[in-house]
Formats: sequence, C-alpha cells, structure tokens
Amino acid sequence: MLRLGLGMIAGQYRARPRREAATRMLRDGDGAGSESARALERTWSDARGIVGFLSANDHKTTGLRFVVTALLFFGAAGVMGGLMRHQLALPEQHVVGPDLYDQLFSMHGTTMMFLFAVPVMQGFALYVVPLMIGTRNTAFPRMSACAFWLYLFGGALFYGAFFTNTGADAGWFEYVPLAGPQYGIGKRADFWNMLVTYSEATGLMVAVDLATTILKMRAPGMSLRRMPLFAWASLVTSIMIIFAMPMVMLAANLVQFDRMLGTHFFNPSEGGDALLWQHLFWFFGHPEVYFIFIPGLGFLSSIIPTFARRPMFGHDAIVLSLITTGFLAFGLWVHHMFATNVPELGKSFFTAMSFMIAIPTAIQIFCWIATIGAGRLVMRAPLLFVFGFFFVLVIGGLTGVMLGSVPLDLQVHDTYFVVAHLHYVLLGGAVFPLFAAIYYWFPKLSGRVLNERLGRWQFWLFFIGVNLTFFPLHLLGLEGMPRRVYTYGAETGWGTWSFVSAVGQVINDLSMLLFVINIGYSLVKGARAGNDPWGAGTLEWSVASPPPACNFYALPVVSSRYPLWSPPGDVTHVRGLSAEIREALVTTVLDARPDTRYAYPNPEIWSFVAALAVTVWLVWSVWSVPGFAYGLIPPAIAFIAWYWPNKKEAAEEVSWETEP
Amino acid sequence: MTRRERIPASVPAVRRGDALDVADLPSYGFAHRSLMWWGNAGMMAIEGVAFGFMIVIYFYLQSLSLQWPDAGKPADLLFGNINLALILASAIPNYLAGRAALDRDTRRVRRWLYVCSIIGIALCVVRWYEFTALNVRWDDGAYGSTIWVLLGLHTFNLVTDVADTMVLTAVTYSKPVEGKRFVDIAENCGYWYFIVLTWLPIYVVVYWAARF
Repeated sequence: MLRLGLGMIAGQYRARPRREAATRMLRDGDGAGSESARALERTWSDARGIVGFLSANDHKTTGLRFVVTALLFFGAAGVMGGLMRHQLALPEQHVVGPDLYDQLFSMHGTTMMFLFAVPVMQGFALYVVPLMIGTRNTAFPRMSACAFWLYLFGGALFYGAFFTNTGADAGWFEYVPLAGPQYGIGKRADFWNMLVTYSEATGLMVAVDLATTILKMRAPGMSLRRMPLFAWASLVTSIMIIFAMPMVMLAANLVQFDRMLGTHFFNPSEGGDALLWQHLFWFFGHPEVYFIFIPGLGFLSSIIPTFARRPMFGHDAIVLSLITTGFLAFGLWVHHMFATNVPELGKSFFTAMSFMIAIPTAIQIFCWIATIGAGRLVMRAPLLFVFGFFFVLVIGGLTGVMLGSVPLDLQVHDTYFVVAHLHYVLLGGAVFPLFAAIYYWFPKLSGRVLNERLGRWQFWLFFIGVNLTFFPLHLLGLEGMPRRVYTYGAETGWGTWSFVSAVGQVINDLSMLLFVINIGYSLVKGARAGNDPWGAGTLEWSVASPPPACNFYALPVVSSRYPLWSPPGDVTHVRGLSAEIREALVTTVLDARPDTRYAYPNPEIWSFVAALAVTVWLVWSVWSVPGFAYGLIPPAIAFIAWYWPNKKEAAEEVSWETEP
Repeated sequence: MTRRERIPASVPAVRRGDALDVADLPSYGFAHRSLMWWGNAGMMAIEGVAFGFMIVIYFYLQSLSLQWPDAGKPADLLFGNINLALILASAIPNYLAGRAALDRDTRRVRRWLYVCSIIGIALCVVRWYEFTALNVRWDDGAYGSTIWVLLGLHTFNLVTDVADTMVLTAVTYSKPVEGKRFVDIAENCGYWYFIVLTWLPIYVVVYWAARF
C-alpha cells in the first residue's frame, strides 16, 4: 500500500510540465525601454539592505568587491614595502627591529601574492568576462560570492594576527624548518598556513566558476575561434589554478599537521625531508607567477587593438602562446631550487625549460608590436601603461633568462638581484597591465572616464619610481647584498644605492596618491563615458556604463571576433529567456550553439553564512586538534541548508520547466 | 539503450526575424550539457591533484629512506580488502541510481540512493577499522604520516559524498522535485565513481607499496 502511494506521488511528479505557466511568462528580447527590459531589471537587481548586501551574487558586485578589497591589500603591502625601504635607506638604522622586519617582508610578500595579485585578476575577470562573452551572470555566482567572503575573512584574520604580533615571519614561501614545529614559534606559521588554505580555496572556487562560464555560457555564435583574448587568458589561468593551487593547500596543511599533530613530513630525523617543502611549494609557486602574468597578457590583448584601431595581429598565435605558457609554467619549479642538492641533469633540464618559456611570451610581444605598428595609434593613459609594461617586463624577462642559468643563479642566489628580478617581472607583468586595465575599464564600471592628465602624471611618476626603486637592487645584489637583512654596516658601501631605492619608493607613493585622487575626482567630476568611450570592438562596450543589472536586455548573437566593429549578421540577438526569473542561456563548448536554458536560484544569504562557518572551523583548527574534526559540523550544516530546496521556488520551477 | 542515447540532443533554437528564439529549449540538461557537470569535473580535478601528489610524496619519501616502513610494519590487509570489495560493488547501485536519475524516476532513484547510502555508511565503518589496522601511528615517522594522510584524504571525500548521497535521498521527499535535482543526483553518481576509481591506486599504495 505504502509502495503504491509512493509510486503515485512519484508518478505525479514525473508528469509533463504545465506549459500554460511557461507561455504566460514574460520573455526577453525586445531591447532597452521595453516592458521586458523593465522586468529584467527588477529580476536581476540584488535586494537592498543589509541582508541584500550579504546575499548579493551579481558577478559585477562580487568582481568589484574582489578588486576593491585586493587594492586595499595592495595598499597595505605597499606601506610595508615602504617601511622596509625606509629602514634600509641608510646603514645601521633602527626604525624597526629585526623581528618586526621579518614579519614585514613576510607579510608584504604573502599579501602581494595571495591577497592582492591573484584575487585582483580573478575579480577583474569576474566583472568583465560575462560582459565580454555575452551572458548575464557567471555559472556559479553563489560560489564566487562565498569565495569573496572567505577571502575577506581570511585576509582580516591574517592582518588581525599581524597586529597582535603574530604576523607570518618566515618569508612568503615559509620554508621549513624555519616554519616547522621546531623553529616556528607561537602561532605565526599557523596563521600563514590558514591564510593559504583560505586564499587558495577562494582562488579554486572562482577558477571553477570562470572556467565553466567561459566554456558553457558564451553568446550564440561566439565559437572558441571568435572568443576574445582576455576570455582566453582567463580560461588558461583558471585551468592552471585548478591544477596548481591544490598543491600548496595540501602542502600548507602538511606543515600544519607537522606542527599540530606531530607528523614528520618535513622532519629529516624521522624519515621526512625539508626539501620536500620546496618542491611542493614551487610546484605551485612557479605557476603562480604565470597566473598573475597571463591575465595581464589578456589585458594587453584587449587594450592594444582598441588603441591601435585594428584587430589583433596573430590572434591564433596569441591563443596558442597563452596555452603553451600554461603548460610550460608547470615545468619550471626547480629553477627556484638551483642552490639545493637536486641532480645536475635535472638542473640542466629546468634551465632549458626556463629559456623555452620565453618563446611564447616573445611571440605575443611580436604580435603586439605588429598590431601597434600596423595600426593608427591613439595615445591614451591605458596605452601608456602598456608601453610601461613593455619596458619593465622586458628587463625582468632578461634578468629571468640570466637567473635561469645555474652558474649565475648560484652566484646571486638570495641576493637583492633576485628581489630586483621578481619586482620587475611582477610589476611589469601584472601591475602595469593592471593599471592599464583599470584606466581602460573604469568607464565601464563607473560610467565616467578617469582624468587623462592625472593619469599621465601617475604613469610617469610610477614608471620613474619603479625603475628608481628596483634597478639599483640589481647592482646591490651583484655587490653581494643578501635579501631579508634588516640593516647593514656603512662599510659595505650599500648605502648609496639603498638610498636611491628609498627615493624611488617615495615617488611610487606619490604616484599611488595621484591614483587615489584620480579615482575620487573622476567618480564625481569625470567625463561621462557613454557606452563605448574608446571605440572598442568587444561586447562589454555594447551596453550602458555602468551596465544594467541584467547586463544585456537581449543577449547578442555574435558573428565575428570584434562584434562592434563588424556589420551585424542576419540574426542579431536572442529572445525567449524569461524576464521574470533569473535565466541564462547555456551553449555548446566549441561552437556556442544554444543548448539549454538555465535558471538561477534566488540570491540567498547562505553563501555568506557558509563562509562564516568555514571560518569558525579554520580558526578552531588552529588552536585545537579536536576542533579540526568537530569544526567541520557548522560548515556541513551551512552547506546542506544552502542546498536545501525552497518549496515555493521549486513549485514555481516545476510549473515552467521543459524537459530535455 | 546506451548512455549516449539516453542524453537527448538539443531542441534547436528557432530563428524568428533577426532574433534567435530560445523559449522552447529545455530548462536543464544532463551530463556535459549541464553546468553542474563542468563544476563537478573541476572539483574532481582539484581533488585528483591532491590525491596524486600525496602518492608522489609517498614514493618521494620512500626513495629517500633506507628502511621502509621506517616504523611499524605494513598494514593488515583484511579491512582494506573488505573495503575494496565493497567499494567496487557500490558502483552497481550507483550506476542504477544514475540511470534512474536520467529517467527522472523518483521511486527508482530513491531505492538505489538508499542502497548507495547504506553501502556508504558500511564503507565508513570499515574505514574506521582500517585506521586501526595500519600498524603505525601518524607520529611514528614519515611512513606513518604519509599513509595516515593519504587514507585520511580519501576518507574526507568518502564521508562528504556519503553525506551528499543521504542529503539527496532526503531531497527527493521535499515536494515537488524539480528536474534539475535529477541532474544533481546524476552528478553525485558521477562523483562517486571518482571516489571508487581513486581508491584503487590509494589502496595499492597504502596496502601493497610497503610490501615490496
């Protein structure tokens, strides 16, 4: 009897969908100003108030939150960098003591790599990519919203620890045994391990979201061959993150186990190996450099065609170069370990690989030069930063080739030469393109153009400041000045160049001040942007600035790489998605043919609550071993509650769903 | 009917004037047509990398040691073998649950999810005994640390997916069941294959690698 009853209920819910509800629903496709456009705007706007703020899952909101938070961390790390340069400006200074200095360089590096560089690139991609590929939100917006909260809580705890004298102090790569149970005093290394777990979980969640979005949610007609280069760069980066970041999460947890549970992974006296940490860390750490750098390449490939007024020369070559870089980046990690006892044959292999990765980067640079050479150049602030990139990155790349050879590396290992190299590469490869991107896309996200004159001043100050700060470090390194010393004697002769470097840092600070002033001024008084202030060719410029909540009143149909530069095809847009519920279009991976519709759940506060619950677990697990197990209960409850169906929503959904 | 035929092809979008009308497209799709499949694939890649590197760490540390195991003796085989047999057997109800989800047959889905949940709980119990039969503590030396963490990583995924399976079983009672829940169930079954397949190399490493 019971079986029969269950069967009837089951049968009832296998019934065909009630089509009349579906046909009554208001559909999109009529463009701006129509009734459906107003309905779309209502449907896609996130709620107001505190709950609305915490539940928001629009990709633009999440992306912007990532970018703004990451820039604040950039500022904090910059201040710490400034303090260090101030300390070293003259010999025998005592602005800060050795212990605080250790924390400063560790916090500076960790913040720049984990809390600034990766999140800012992912935040930009979260904002721009859906607009660029013609969809209304990312594939898993609630997951990215959850990732943002995790990132914020992780960063806040890391800084909370720093302000209570528990800042990480064993360098940004936290080598064991210095960070292990024997020498890593107090909870400093534990907080580093926790931060890594947070920031990598964040990075992985956003990477899965972006990769799925780029592969499955492109506008109809946007086949892989027509996909914009920034979307390619984001896709390659996301896939690299998926294969590299689990590594460092695992490694950080193994150190944590050594510290808390008494395991012996890195303890040579009990069969472990200290060098294992270096392998694990750099297997992640080297790709890390490239997933900071590749989005930067994507920025350039978006900006250069716009200001050269022509499509990118060698589009396919650039795509293949990005993919090649993604693969080769995994074969370089040992070049960080030339000073260890790895086999000589291995070192030769990694030297060859380190030289080889210059090839795809060079191909891209030649393509950009060809595009610039063949175009009609419009010189604006974003393009200035692009030229800054060329100069600074090429110097960083050349010293990289030098460091890639074992004999030279052994000579300058752990000296300021390495510090100079990595700052040239990261500032050139990531920060110059990032400023170019901010100047380029700021009109889209604010509706106003950044002031050009202030922008030029900022660029020149930054360009001079960066070179003045970091070029002398090459010379100091060649003279033998080691990294991570909190002071030095006057007899070393390092004082002059260190002072020059400190002056450069002050110029950088002025440049950043101008940047903040420019943002504030332009938000209020900047020139109105309109849809497409630069006359660019990709889809994000086809919508208003700032974009409406739903991005597109009618999803575009794409027939070329630069849709705004090409005459429209016979079919221009999509119609028929719901205007009353948040619905997106899923397309096929290769050709972007429309395949299914996809209804988003309503925004809920659970992504915030789940991030909070995970935070409870991670904090608990730093102080207590049982906390590592019991602490899993709150996140489990939060995630189940997050997933649990809402009966009313489910009933509505069943009334209009169409079976495949 | 093969699995490929069970996943129907798209209803094409229709051209109306200068617009592409997508109103009649299905509102969800199975397998690689669904976003969930791609998200799940990403998660499996992430966890697969972690498993893979734990195995690499095992052989790396073994290659550096003069004596392996450096403490204790190799794990007893009994519970590991029981787990292997059970987990391989679990693939069958898992397959049937996945197929029922493709058919959107709530009754069959529920039946096989119950079977999967029961086997899953049994696996967790056996796993508990496996830890007691490793013949080494995690803090005895590098060997102990490695196999405890290797087994622990797999256990974490095992317990999570058993919990997922039970939650999905419960969700089938929350009326009405939307079509997309069947996609979730099918994807959960896909994830279970990942648990089964990753167990094979981990089983070999934990139970056999130290015997040669």
